[in-house]
Amino acid sequence: MSLIQETDYGTPASRAEKQVTLTVDGKAVTVPEGTSIMRASMQAGIEIPKLCATDMLDSFGSCRVCLVEIEGRNGTPASCTTPVGEGMVVKTKSDRLDAIRKGVMELYVSDHPRGFGEKAGTGASEFDHVISLVGLAENRYGVEGRNHVEAHGGIDGVAPGHGSLTIDYMVKDESNPYFTYDPSQCIVCSRCVRACAEVQGTFALTVEGRGFESRIVASMDENFIDSECVSCGACVQACPTDALREKAILEKGMPDRSVVTTCAYCGVGCNFKAEMKGDEVVRMMPYKAGKANHGHSCVKGRFAYGYASHPDRVLTPMVREKITDPWREATWEEALARAASEFKRIQAKYGRGSIGGITSSRCTDEETYLVQKLVRQGFGNNNVDTCARVCHSPTGYGLNTTLGTSAGTQDFDSVEAADVMLLVGANPTDAHPVFASRMKKRLREGAKIIVIDPRRIDLVRTPHVEAAYHLPIKPGTNVAILTGLAHVVVTEKLYDEAYIRAYCDWDAFEDWAAFVSEPRYSPEETARVCGLDDPELIRKAARLYATGGNGAIYYGLGVTEHSQGSTAVMGLANLAMATGNLGRNGVGVNPLRGQNNVQGSCDMGSFPHEFPGYRHIAIDPVRKIYEDLWGVKLDKEPGLRIPNMLDAAVDGTFKGIYIQGEDILQSDPDTKHVAAGLAAMECVVVHDLFLNETARYAHVFLPGSTFLEKDGTFINAERRINLVRKAIEPRARYADWEATQELARALGLDWNYTHPSEVMDEIAATTPTFAGVSFDLLDREGSVQWPCNEKAPLGTPVMHINGIVRGKGNFVRTEYIATDEKVGLRFPLLLTTGRILSQYNVGAQTRRTGNSAWHEEDRLEIHPHDAEDRGIRDGDWVRLSSRSGETTLRALVSERMAVGVVYTTFHHPSTQANVVTTEFSDWATSCPEYKVTAVQVSPSNGPSEWQLEYEDLSRRTRRMANVEAAE
Amino acid sequence: MSPEKLVYQANQIARFFRSKPHAEGVAGVADHINKFWEPRIRRQFFELIDAGGKGFDELVLEAAPSIHRPAEEVA
Repeated sequence: MSLIQETDYGTPASRAEKQVTLTVDGKAVTVPEGTSIMRASMQAGIEIPKLCATDMLDSFGSCRVCLVEIEGRNGTPASCTTPVGEGMVVKTKSDRLDAIRKGVMELYVSDHPRGFGEKAGTGASEFDHVISLVGLAENRYGVEGRNHVEAHGGIDGVAPGHGSLTIDYMVKDESNPYFTYDPSQCIVCSRCVRACAEVQGTFALTVEGRGFESRIVASMDENFIDSECVSCGACVQACPTDALREKAILEKGMPDRSVVTTCAYCGVGCNFKAEMKGDEVVRMMPYKAGKANHGHSCVKGRFAYGYASHPDRVLTPMVREKITDPWREATWEEALARAASEFKRIQAKYGRGSIGGITSSRCTDEETYLVQKLVRQGFGNNNVDTCARVCHSPTGYGLNTTLGTSAGTQDFDSVEAADVMLLVGANPTDAHPVFASRMKKRLREGAKIIVIDPRRIDLVRTPHVEAAYHLPIKPGTNVAILTGLAHVVVTEKLYDEAYIRAYCDWDAFEDWAAFVSEPRYSPEETARVCGLDDPELIRKAARLYATGGNGAIYYGLGVTEHSQGSTAVMGLANLAMATGNLGRNGVGVNPLRGQNNVQGSCDMGSFPHEFPGYRHIAIDPVRKIYEDLWGVKLDKEPGLRIPNMLDAAVDGTFKGIYIQGEDILQSDPDTKHVAAGLAAMECVVVHDLFLNETARYAHVFLPGSTFLEKDGTFINAERRINLVRKAIEPRARYADWEATQELARALGLDWNYTHPSEVMDEIAATTPTFAGVSFDLLDREGSVQWPCNEKAPLGTPVMHINGIVRGKGNFVRTEYIATDEKVGLRFPLLLTTGRILSQYNVGAQTRRTGNSAWHEEDRLEIHPHDAEDRGIRDGDWVRLSSRSGETTLRALVSERMAVGVVYTTFHHPSTQANVVTTEFSDWATSCPEYKVTAVQVSPSNGPSEWQLEYEDLSRRTRRMANVEAAE
Repeated sequence: MSPEKLVYQANQIARFFRSKPHAEGVAGVADHINKFWEPRIRRQFFELIDAGGKGFDELVLEAAPSIHRPAEEVA
């Protein structure tokens, strides 16, 4: 395995259709019109030296190193900013060019510490490469630059004041946990500034000063950590010197090998090169050929991989009789045998349905497939569920009902053709940051955005982005606002009749149109229900979405995690169908899925009522496929959902569970009920990286493997099947799929997979939408989007082209029913929950990385008015209580909140935000109503009783029999 | 689960299907429960129905005859 080097073509690809042929150094090359000479040359294999150019950024033309000669033209134009022309004859080498380039580089070198040839940098520096490329052999100006201190007598860079003429010297900024900024190494090419603006869209960096004084600064000349910088890493990636460099590289040196893999954080599914030195991952570099991220990244995927080597990782299986016993280390064989014999004992005593499993949306497709197979084939029931239960299960139900498939309709690239984005209940800049950057880029190009969200999220107003309309609705009124928007679309006749007649059920449309036209869904009534001041906003927003060109809906858990989550998803699909915004580039209904593989875990049959590919278990021919293959009779009754499992456990009919990679105690609602359910079970097997919260109630602990330690696939929010490639060996002996296989064998099943590709082959052979998928195909194509079969051998970027999957699109009445979770005298505020950029979900991973520098605790965001009413100041400890329970955390007084609404994240276990959330859930899918809880907030002195009890329990249930042997 | 919770969840389903034409709504409730409710929950459901069906939405009561009674549990 070697280090993968991606070619840098210097400027972005042109998308023009027309081709142009030119000659570079005697070689003919044909490229699309609008391509730069620099890029065309590189395509011909001729590298032109460059410093300020890189193909992630638009050309800039400042470094003057990439000059070329063009026959018939005067001077030496910059090849990065000069487009190709038909018949052009370009020379990239001549004595004149050599002399100019050397002259320029000599000047650069004179103001660059560690002058060339003395002490090589990290080797990551393109600057060093360009020096050798232009053949610079002398430096007549000395190396005593004004902005740095040259090494003297072995002292490497001395602070100012020691007597040297270093009037512009600035000390290194090491405030960011992951990278350093050394101003003295900076050549002011501004690649970082442009990366921050063009790629990331944060605009945190700028060039300050002129001439020798010019320097890159973050925000208002602040430390990176205190600035607006979101630590996405784009600037570090863009920097051609060591001015911005990963600390890991500075400390450990350059990697020597790499593999392309897929990030295991959010549903964007970015491809990275995992770069290793020896057995250690030293850097994650965004992969430019990655079709979801195109070379961009966020702070989590790029930097927060340290959890994989964190000392908290449990690497040895553990067992105990009772949860009050201390843990005892065991061999894999012993732990697996214990789990298997307990499961068998429980089934013999309490019945076949008394055990079940939970697949992980964090694990690979192959791993989730095997867990559901274990349950169906081995346990003989359908008691399998996954964490999608608590996030996007309503998406599946809602989209399937209206469009005939639960699939999100577009690829991410589609946003480039969107004219109007309707963003509902999602906060992409925090939760899907890499895609948010794409959205922002499109918005800067002139697209419009409508934001429906109780909070004033970043996309409402952020540098160079301002929402056309922000509808700060009261939490829990999504269905009302969506039906209200539909009212305007129908009554003002903004719908696309031709589209509806061609592709939808016209009778259903007429029925729906009559329903939404009722006066109770008028903007005035809707505004009243949703708590909006101005009904005109609803009219304007509806008109813009319906008539503003390509309308693309993006939504998140703010839509699904409600009593009417499924209904709201149908409301979105209704709007898209009515306005003809389906079946082409730039439109669609796009769920922004949370987990790296929540799409895949759903696709792989993780739900208790369906097999892989969303086929109900009661369908005989489908069941027969698996019965024939697996050689067992399969249960045709739906199994238990996670909340049902817990209910059944409390009732005494559900006694054992195998949980792979999910922390239900922290992530599921109504913590006390979850705890009671777990406590009532006789065998809880937790298979995880860490001794997570759920493991307090576990009897067997199986060590998990990180995504770096295994092969497999993840499927992102755009249905893209991405390869996960093993970078290092499993630290605890088994990759997760192997551990599941060993458990199956211990239960007596004859499983003999030798590689995850064989599991994918089984999936392809049994699932029509995956029929064409194989590891070979994925290796060849990079990735494909399902459906991938005979009809679409390379996958399906956009669904519903020339017809909706269902046959005819189904308009569904979306009656608004207020949630029963209502504010009153005791609980007068509404709590809604969400995420923050630097942390991920329950935080099991990100809390164990440097990311905690940005978010070391969960805070309760509260509007100044509500805070003042209660005598709460910013930073005060407050008690947050609901009818379910109470917890304490510190307040963050913020005008992003509407009056009457408070907000918190749930990244830290000590916060116990889910002690407060209630048992209310989506009517169709039991997806919990995380986004609406009636609460009271009051000043507090410290942790709640539950938190103290929990801490105590935590201590008691995490004891080890032999403390020394913990690792 | 507690009888109150079960009744609540059944009624929640009924509330969605109430906006449909009546016959379609009844069939919708039955179909939904058949598709997604595990036998144990349906068994408890029928215990409540057989005991008079107190608290259930009218639509749920009408749907009940079309909901599959689960077979006796096999060990």
